[in-house]
Amino acid sequence: MITVENIHKTFGDTHVLKGISTTFDTGKTNLIIGQSGSGKTVFLKCLLGLFTPEEGSIDYDGKTYSELTSAEKRDLRQEMGMVFQGSALFDSMTVEGNVMFPLGMFTKQSKSEMQDRVGFVLKRVNLIDAHHKYPSEISGGMQKRVAIARAIVMNPKYLFCDEPNSGLDPKTAILIDNLIKEITEEYDITTVINTHDMNSVMEIGEKIVFLKNGIKEWEGSKNEIFKTDNEAVTNFVYSSELFKKVRQMYIEERN
Amino acid sequence: MRSLILKEIDELIYGSLGIIIFISFFIGGVVSIQTALNITNPLIPRNLIGFATRQSVILEFAPTFTSIIMAGKVGSYITSSIGTMRVTEQIDALEVMGVNSLNYLVFPKIIAMLMYPFAIAIAMYVGILGGWIAGVFGGFSSSADFVEGLQLDFIPYHVVYSFIKTILFALVIATVPSFHGYYMKGGALEVGKASTTAFVWTSVVIIILNYILTQLLLG
Repeated sequence: MITVENIHKTFGDTHVLKGISTTFDTGKTNLIIGQSGSGKTVFLKCLLGLFTPEEGSIDYDGKTYSELTSAEKRDLRQEMGMVFQGSALFDSMTVEGNVMFPLGMFTKQSKSEMQDRVGFVLKRVNLIDAHHKYPSEISGGMQKRVAIARAIVMNPKYLFCDEPNSGLDPKTAILIDNLIKEITEEYDITTVINTHDMNSVMEIGEKIVFLKNGIKEWEGSKNEIFKTDNEAVTNFVYSSELFKKVRQMYIEERN
Repeated sequence: MRSLILKEIDELIYGSLGIIIFISFFIGGVVSIQTALNITNPLIPRNLIGFATRQSVILEFAPTFTSIIMAGKVGSYITSSIGTMRVTEQIDALEVMGVNSLNYLVFPKIIAMLMYPFAIAIAMYVGILGGWIAGVFGGFSSSADFVEGLQLDFIPYHVVYSFIKTILFALVIATVPSFHGYYMKGGALEVGKASTTAFVWTSVVIIILNYILTQLLLG
């Protein structure tokens, strides 16, 4: 479980995060949603330890990040997996090399043990024949799968995803969403996903945190998002005609 | 880390040997021809051609001129490769994994560039060889005169001075472009701009350092 308590982050004169407090539960897919510029990416980078908030605290299962020593922070980071928006695969390495990289850096496993582990996680994300291909030789959806494989290869306790299905076609996007949800439940990971894709919200949003101008405007589950009267949330979530109709049908059905 | 260092030696040093040999050969040849063409007084001995080629190549052309070329070739490569990793969040990925990205990306390049004096030693040899071929086969000097000039008043310290410069230039070529790549901000266009800026600053630092070192070590 990740507990965030009143964090503030500024860049120069710009106050990006203005006192956000929330919790992200273990074994659940937690979504951060909001418009572009709402502070989602900064919030996620604070959770990852890439940005240091000026105020507030972030606890990872009781361990307060700001109170950890450098060595403890390094150990904690090894328990985190991250799927970047652009996948962030190392161009100079093959798919196998990318997924093997954390194992080579932080474990003393033999090459055959590492290859076994890499084979297992690549199979888990449904990538079988791409071991020796370079990132430039595979599709965007496959790159995302490799990024997920690399993120889970060390058995992380925390998985962070920054817009994992951006740039993907709707079918592949749903496959990626479902894969993340399955992995979260299977390995009992605390997963935090940064997205503005409403399909993801409806598919896998077990807990949703809505940010607006650096403030937590609303939080709840995907079922609660249908019922909420919060105008900012409804304007954001039901901005498309399709979702407006879905909500209307839901309300009519409930009545 | 060992494999990373070997990979960098392959890319930064071994991969540059072709251009270093090519440039050194022709520069040595041009120095030899220019010296020969400017000796109009019959009282000046013909062994001056070999002497001037040796001094020019060892003192300046091999260490400094080659380093400016390397600032362009290797420096641009370092800035653009690290800069692209910054733009595509690969450096963030390293940090999230708990890897010290600065150490991981820059340290192997610094160690690899410590092999740079070997490349410059080859440049010296090939430069003088180019001078000898141009001088002898161009009909400007006899082989005996050229070789006599090469051995005339040879001061071994000049080679030491040259290698001291080379080691410091190697550190500049590894670090200045790495700085510009690692701390760049923006997108693909900025990667190109950072590469150009890195080349300019690396060249400026090399030229100023060359002046200071010459004053300190030979002045």
